[in-house]
Amino acid sequence: MNAPIARVFGVIVVMFALLIVWTSRWTVFDAQALRDNPLNQRTVIDEERIDRGEILAADGTVLAKSVPAPDHTFTRQYPTGSLFSQAIGYSVVQSGQEAGLELSDGQYLRGVNTGISAIIGQLGGGTQVGDNVDTSLDPKAQRLALQLLDGRDGSVVAIDPRTGAVKVMISLPTYNDNAPDANCGAQGCKQNDATQAQDVPGSTFKVVSTTAALDSGKFTPDSVVNGNSPLLVSGVPLENDSNQSWGPQTVTTALTYSINTIYAQIAQDTGRATMTEYMKRFGFYSKPPIDLPPDELIPSEPWTPSTPSRPYPPGSPNEDIGRIGIGQGGLLVTPLQMAMVVAAVANGGRLMAPHLTSSVVNPDGQTILTVKPTLYSQVMKSSTAQEISQMMRKVVEEGTGQPAELGGLSVAGKTGTASLGATGSGLTEPWFIGFAPATNPQIAIAVTIDRTDNGYGGTVAAPIASAVMKQLLSDNG
Amino acid sequence: MTARNRELFGLIPASLLVTAGFAAVFIQRSNALSNISLTYGAIFLGLCLAGHMVIRATLPYADPYMFPLVALLSCLGIVMIYRIDPTYARQQAQWFVLGLILFAATIVGFRDYRKLERYRYTIAVVSLGLLLLPRLPGIGDQVNGAYLAVHIPGVFEFQPTEFAKIGFVIFLASYLRDTRQVLVQGRRILGVTIPPLKHFGPVLVIWGLAMLILFTLHDVGSSLMFYGALLAILYVATSRLSFVVVGVIAFGLGAWYIGAHVPHIDARVQEWLHPLNPALYNGTDPSGASSFQLANSLFAQAAGGMFGQGFGQATLTVPGSHPVAYLLPAPSTDMIYAVITDELGLFGAAAVLIAYLMLIARGFKTAVLARDSFSTLLAVGLSSVLALQVFVIVGGVTRVIPLTGVTLPFISYGGSSIIANLVLLALLLLVSDRARRPA
Repeated sequence: MNAPIARVFGVIVVMFALLIVWTSRWTVFDAQALRDNPLNQRTVIDEERIDRGEILAADGTVLAKSVPAPDHTFTRQYPTGSLFSQAIGYSVVQSGQEAGLELSDGQYLRGVNTGISAIIGQLGGGTQVGDNVDTSLDPKAQRLALQLLDGRDGSVVAIDPRTGAVKVMISLPTYNDNAPDANCGAQGCKQNDATQAQDVPGSTFKVVSTTAALDSGKFTPDSVVNGNSPLLVSGVPLENDSNQSWGPQTVTTALTYSINTIYAQIAQDTGRATMTEYMKRFGFYSKPPIDLPPDELIPSEPWTPSTPSRPYPPGSPNEDIGRIGIGQGGLLVTPLQMAMVVAAVANGGRLMAPHLTSSVVNPDGQTILTVKPTLYSQVMKSSTAQEISQMMRKVVEEGTGQPAELGGLSVAGKTGTASLGATGSGLTEPWFIGFAPATNPQIAIAVTIDRTDNGYGGTVAAPIASAVMKQLLSDNG
Repeated sequence: MTARNRELFGLIPASLLVTAGFAAVFIQRSNALSNISLTYGAIFLGLCLAGHMVIRATLPYADPYMFPLVALLSCLGIVMIYRIDPTYARQQAQWFVLGLILFAATIVGFRDYRKLERYRYTIAVVSLGLLLLPRLPGIGDQVNGAYLAVHIPGVFEFQPTEFAKIGFVIFLASYLRDTRQVLVQGRRILGVTIPPLKHFGPVLVIWGLAMLILFTLHDVGSSLMFYGALLAILYVATSRLSFVVVGVIAFGLGAWYIGAHVPHIDARVQEWLHPLNPALYNGTDPSGASSFQLANSLFAQAAGGMFGQGFGQATLTVPGSHPVAYLLPAPSTDMIYAVITDELGLFGAAAVLIAYLMLIARGFKTAVLARDSFSTLLAVGLSSVLALQVFVIVGGVTRVIPLTGVTLPFISYGGSSIIANLVLLALLLLVSDRARRPA
């Protein structure tokens, strides 16, 4: 009976081998797919067990922190509530929802385990502790911007033009990070309008047109162009504000008083190809190089008038380059993009990549990552930047931007007042982009209010911009 | 070294495991090593030592590796159960004491186990009765659509299949020892020996019984276990592969027919085929199938990976749930293999399976060494039924076969299981002692 016994045992060995093979299938070969399966609650529970790092403002204010919850889990708290909502975002592990820096800096906040204490903690089966993220955000200036927006929908973005460090990023309507799903109307309020709004830039875009015109050598600040109104552009009459005819004027004067008909001609004469090239250098046509989730960023570019509307291919012969030159013609931009435009001018033509994160510090207190300023593009010659700075200074000294001159602060800037809706409706989107101090720029800013009745960039947006810049300069000093 | 000293040394791995395991679980629980854990480990090791002393006193020639392997598996079991629920671990330790008493009683009472042959029909009838108990109204207990347990509220609850399996193996070993010669002397048709119905009748009865278990108890696992053990004993007794082939086909046809007509079994098959189907997972499928347990078993194994998360590290419950919601239903019984894989990984799980295989190998070795047919067939049957039980539950948990609730011998929480399997071990050791006794 010995041979059958051996065979029976052989069959049992094969059956057990099968068990080991199947176990290895779940533990090794299919493991990743099983861990990623949306039905798998363990993935969520493991996330809940992580003591995520804090997100801190430049002055050390805690913007996001993890507090212990029952059964060795943690929940996320945002002590500043809705002040930094879109920029910081939120992390709701239970529903798998994450946004803002909470998402884009997630790998650090969850912990990359470089510190000795983190590794020992892991070996002992202790809690996974994340790294802290330091940001360049300035709570005082952010709070002031919130006050000055006064409940109106709009955005303020302030950047240090020398480094790209974002100091203020606010967008209304907003929500409370502690309850991201509450009190959000039908339109939703979680969108970060600073990086996702599609706004008509209006005359602020003339800074881009001026850059293309001067830096390409087609124009100088003293070139003279006829400013009579109306002017036939692409077969449709274009008017100046109040249909005023200015006669022959220099480019400098045209910027100071925001003369549309002159700028339409400048854009047309500079040419579609050159305009498109400079727009690309400023970052148009691509998502901004900022450390926010790609889903929360959109490119700024001209859109077709067709339904449904879609972006023009860059340099398309169908676009109305004359109207694009004055910030119309289907051009839709984000406030962040306009802050990048003015930051490039302020920093001698060198556009630095904007970033919110300044450093990452592990639980042992060691800095494991310092975000160094990186050049995104050399937009223009520094001499061109110098010329445009002087022209923008003149806008504030003599022209449409005079309300930005506040309490001895020397501001350079450009206003914009995009008309919305039907002609004569009086609905406008006021803008101001600028920098200060004019001679030694430390802050670049873009301010926009989504919708006002007959409000002008100079009167509505410029005072907000200068007050926030003043606050930021005093915080830095 | 004598066999008994070898056995004593064999307990060292078990003692190391129990010490390390309790320490790990305690460090995880309270970040401090409490002396309760040491007491716990010491008591359990003391029990193992007591078992060894019983063998030393009564069965000097018995296989020296079986008991240490069982001790190792039991120690792993107590650590895992403790880690899942300390109350269960205390109860399990009490069952282990009772199990050891019955283990000793079996050895002392059946020193000449061959007298069991005399009671083979009584044993068969009692076993059959035990199997059908869960279907009796009032005390029968339906769990997840299968009738697996007898439950007398306030008195006790037990799983009769655990005991019935030993009874059937004794009956079959005894019966086939008598009839194995005649079974192979039938007429041959198409190269298949058809044994006289008179002798093959009882074998057909077992087939019918397996079908009955399937049909009335809805218990695929036990049915597979009994029938597999029958085929193993039958094959060893007759050396006729044709019997096995016919037997497998008969079982397959029967199972297929019943599977298609008993909704509970069909549901289990659907869960087995599509555990990650959201409708099945959430139990919203009209068939009533719910793959939540099986899917979470796979998720738990995936969480373990190659090396596991460590003793006490697996996520078993939903944090903050009141009452406690188990992510993995029945973690201490049916699903304990998934918890082991979660905490000890592929390597730990494979080590457990290899420990079982070594124990089973010693059982088959005993069958080879045995000097009479009854002893050989008994050892083959007991070893096979043990192997099949492991295969049925681990195969269910790892999705090799549809999941049925049987215990993982010596490891799972459950009084019936631990007692019955210790009795099974006692019988194997009895056979082994006689087989290895110097002539």
